[in-house]
Amino acid sequence: MTDTAAQTGDTGPSTTGGLLHGAQPDVAGAAGHRDHPQRVGFFTDTSICIGCKACEVACKEWNAVPEDGLELTGMSYDNSQGLSASTWRHVAFIEQRKPLGSQEPGVAHGPVGGAGGTEGMGDFDVFAAAGRLGATVPDPGAPAGAEPGAPAGEISPLAPDGRAELRWLMASDVCKHCTHAACLDVCPTGSLFRTEFGTVVVQEDICNGCGYCVPACPYGVIDQREGDGRAWKCTLCYDRLGAGMEPACAKACPTDSIQFGPLDELRERAAARVAQLHAAGVPDARLYGEDPDDGVGGDGAFFLLLDEPETYGLPPDPVVTTRDLPSMWRHAAVAAAAMAAGVAACFAGRRR
Amino acid sequence: MAECHPVGFQWVMEAKARGAKVIHVDPRFTRTSALADVHVPLRAGSDIAFLGAIVNHVLSEEKYFRDYLLAYTNAPVILREDFRDTEDLDGVFSGLNAEHRTYDASTWQYEGMQAQAASGHREQSYPDTGGEHEASSDESVDELSGEARGESHGSGGADLGRGKPRRDETLSDPRCVFQVLKRHFARYTPELVEEVCGVPRDTFLEVCELITENSGRDRTTALAYAVGWTQHTVGVQYIRTAAILQTLLGNIGRPGGGILALRGHASIQGSTDIPTLFNLLPGYIPMPHAHTGTDLDTFVDAEAGKRGYWGNMRDYLVSLLKAYWGEAATEENDFCFDYLPRLTGSHDTYTTVQNQMDGVCKGYFLMGENPSVGSANGRMQRLGMANLDWLVVRDLSLIESATWWKDGPEIESGELRTEDIRTEVFFLPAASHTEKDGSFTNTQRMLQWRHKAVEPSGDARSDLWFMYHLGRIIRKKLAGSTDERDRPVLDLTWDYPVHGDSAEPEAEAVLAEINGFDAEGGPLSSYTQLKGDGSTACGCWIYCGVYADGVNQAARRKPGEQQNWVAPEWGWAWPANRRILYNRASADPGGRPWSERKALVWWDEEKGQWTGHDVPDFPKKRRPDHVPAESAEGPDALSGTDAFVMQADGKAWLYVPTGLLDGPLPAHYEPQETPFTNPLYRQQRNPVRVLGKPHPVNRYQPSGAEPGSEVFPYVATTYRLTEHHTAGGMSRWQPYLSELQPEFFCEVSPELAAERGLEHMGWATVVSARAAIEARVMVTDRMSPITVQGRTLHQVGLPYHWGSNGYSRGDSANELLHVSLDPNVHIQETKALACDIRPGRRPRGPELLDLVREYRVRSGITEHTGRDM
Repeated sequence: MTDTAAQTGDTGPSTTGGLLHGAQPDVAGAAGHRDHPQRVGFFTDTSICIGCKACEVACKEWNAVPEDGLELTGMSYDNSQGLSASTWRHVAFIEQRKPLGSQEPGVAHGPVGGAGGTEGMGDFDVFAAAGRLGATVPDPGAPAGAEPGAPAGEISPLAPDGRAELRWLMASDVCKHCTHAACLDVCPTGSLFRTEFGTVVVQEDICNGCGYCVPACPYGVIDQREGDGRAWKCTLCYDRLGAGMEPACAKACPTDSIQFGPLDELRERAAARVAQLHAAGVPDARLYGEDPDDGVGGDGAFFLLLDEPETYGLPPDPVVTTRDLPSMWRHAAVAAAAMAAGVAACFAGRRR
Repeated sequence: MAECHPVGFQWVMEAKARGAKVIHVDPRFTRTSALADVHVPLRAGSDIAFLGAIVNHVLSEEKYFRDYLLAYTNAPVILREDFRDTEDLDGVFSGLNAEHRTYDASTWQYEGMQAQAASGHREQSYPDTGGEHEASSDESVDELSGEARGESHGSGGADLGRGKPRRDETLSDPRCVFQVLKRHFARYTPELVEEVCGVPRDTFLEVCELITENSGRDRTTALAYAVGWTQHTVGVQYIRTAAILQTLLGNIGRPGGGILALRGHASIQGSTDIPTLFNLLPGYIPMPHAHTGTDLDTFVDAEAGKRGYWGNMRDYLVSLLKAYWGEAATEENDFCFDYLPRLTGSHDTYTTVQNQMDGVCKGYFLMGENPSVGSANGRMQRLGMANLDWLVVRDLSLIESATWWKDGPEIESGELRTEDIRTEVFFLPAASHTEKDGSFTNTQRMLQWRHKAVEPSGDARSDLWFMYHLGRIIRKKLAGSTDERDRPVLDLTWDYPVHGDSAEPEAEAVLAEINGFDAEGGPLSSYTQLKGDGSTACGCWIYCGVYADGVNQAARRKPGEQQNWVAPEWGWAWPANRRILYNRASADPGGRPWSERKALVWWDEEKGQWTGHDVPDFPKKRRPDHVPAESAEGPDALSGTDAFVMQADGKAWLYVPTGLLDGPLPAHYEPQETPFTNPLYRQQRNPVRVLGKPHPVNRYQPSGAEPGSEVFPYVATTYRLTEHHTAGGMSRWQPYLSELQPEFFCEVSPELAAERGLEHMGWATVVSARAAIEARVMVTDRMSPITVQGRTLHQVGLPYHWGSNGYSRGDSANELLHVSLDPNVHIQETKALACDIRPGRRPRGPELLDLVREYRVRSGITEHTGRDM
């Protein structure tokens, strides 16, 4: 076992890394696992996602996750709306008036009611137009966080031939298996635990449904199931990992948009992929959640995105919600001490 | 492809990662478009104009692969003097019989071929019972073209007859195929593409450049289509245009080339190889007709090719008869050739429905098919079923085709009353693909074996179980019969081993029978071993070798990284485990690869044989410079450069001298229903398309300039979504799939939404002359208006998965459709129709019929509308 906080006996909070935030090169070791396997995770390359949703179905099949309601949402082809207790993989669909790399989308939209002219096309918003016609448009972006229609700031100018640009982003979201997982930190029963693979898993037979983990998650991933009360989320197919198999979603993904493997290897692969895309004229390509120095100490499941995280309904700068817990406790301790001192002073004063 | 074939699309993504450019041509911006380099939206039903213009570009810009053309195609062949092209006859070819709406193809022949004798016989067919052609006398049999005969060319083209065509190697003779092709496509210009397809000129030219730059000695381009491409009254000619383009560019028989048909569901390729089609026997041997081919030799003489591997048809057919009837099939009784059923007419699915409505067809098996939702004009399908004595539905769930008698749309509208329907309906639960052993044959002709994962639950049984035990019980009932007509059933070899509590037949035993046995009962390894003397038995000659050495070759799963890039040890592909057909064309006439980069098979001079990465598709020892003797027949007649070994002249056909019913070259005709007039020719539609008998439930709409056509101003197209499977039987009952696309919706552009007052996620009613259906509205930028013939055209997208049963429900898009068919293969035109769309839900009950009637009245529809030639 390599150097860890646990080994050195320093289990206390630290501002430079450790259990609650900052870089943590051995997350399983820090949780007390000895001779554990390499930390594994997902690299989801959304630039090659074809939106087939095989990941959603494979996840549900393997983990026996119940159906999550039938609702035609109108949010492009996204009818599962977001991650929840009964949806552990979620594919977001975002329609944008924006070019995709060197793609020629070929679509041509004119102003509403027009005869195919191009004037004013750049300001046209499909949902707004549809909304003006009558009943209110369902909030198209609520759970995914992003409006399927192009946000005003992102409408690109027309292509030189007068056609509008269009791109259709698809991205499969999942629990991030944070290096510093607030859900785990706040769990009072020990139902949530860090596995030997460095992943975060809820044990359904221990969870008491207190729900503390739900607001603790900076990504809004973990959730309580209605009628059940317990918290559920992606286990990174803990049972499959134990049998030497890759998680069901990665196995089912036809284009290898979801890649599973040792996190270090995935990070290298991801960096190369971003460089490749930049070279190919896709400057929007960026990684999300791969940085060990970010607010959650890096994600065990990170992404290659083609737009701002907000577009996909992801928080731009997530911070483990328990980051400030030590200092809060310190402040609390100081306050308590001060209060005690005050009380003592009061009594002392009375005695006077 | 990403939309309907996500698993296959992984290879497109892999090619893209290696630098391939992906072009997607589709009226809609789909999941495929999202990953493509170029998306070209075009008007549904205009693809021949689009492809034809690329052909013209290739010809006029001289981008074709000249050496390939000269060596392997019929480009240099001279046509008969009396052939007339659409250029000469304003949109039709010579030989059109306007009264019968058929072509006499004799003028399409090569000069110097004695077409009449052989080809005439081969084209002999049967009187049509359902179509416009009211022919029934015996003489009309000779006269009639072979309706839906195209399927018999699933492995190689039609026979040419005897003779030697004249050639002009300079390609300059005005009557040579090359020059005829040039003239024929000259009017397919970029301007025309803009006018007909609504594709801007620069987009079109970009596509031309991408394709031509990526074709030639060093590079190849592949075309992939989903079967929607075929679902037009000119469906076969769509594919023909693609074939012409690929042949001109030298993209056939070479790695990375070809035309890939992405089939509608698993093993559709298998279901034509070992056919569920009425007009074929296994291995594309035609089904004999009642009035001709009365004995084996006459039949074989008429049907077998004179050159190439079809020359050995007798060996294939006799071996098939031996597989069917074993000991009972002897030289003396023509190997039981008389036991084979005979065609007396068209028995395609739509003719059958017509026959049901007419009371001719009284019983119906539906096995894994949901025509009430999946077939064109679902109402016609149900009215047919309502007129049966019995109906057997075998499916995974209670599909609409099993329950229409109690809750179908006609019950709701009051047209039918359950108590009046006399059809006895049986529902038998079927086992799914995970619950049985068997094989799938994919589009690459590759068989992949599946092993049963779980036992079927309850009474569910495999199709194999059902057919085997049905046969067994019928034979038991007939046992001891002396009636001669029972002999074909009683003499069948019907002795498959069974296992388990349910007496499930061994699927591998069936595979072994398909593969074939020699006289000693040992497994055969190649169709070249088949004999016409009764010493071999083989259930499907093209599959011979799949059980070579007594081993299930289809079950091989050696990982790709452990073998060469052709991966010959993954599954087994017919014929002879060959992965790329006609791969002799991957080498130049001298037998050397066209380029190192695209090397596949080549001539090894030292060893005196063909070799390479793939199994060479050529007689192994035939030298590239071989010239066959004049008298040679069958495979012996192939020269060293006759790369297209299943073709009657060994050549790829840019021009089809025989075998097609609607012309030797593709021409753009408008769909049966369209808001537009054909700007290319005076001939508006395919003159020999097949229309059913006029029927009140199958009225056609006026088109183009005809009065009333403005009532249906939009073009609609039907399609599938990734989340569902065809008519929904396998997906709408699955919660995990249903929640992903929970109900029927239509897709429209924001402009159309504005024009018609449609609200995003509100309701719309889509109306045709047959039906009105309701759908939730999806307003999306992915649907884009296009400019056709100077005006804005809106297209409506309709996924067709839904019906009234199951977990995810909605109206069926196919209710809107009419029945009008491609003459060659009788495929219906589901991918382009004209419609109206209006906001709000459709009426219920009889008012629904009133609405549709009102539309028919408003557009002046009569029984004659849309039926002009």
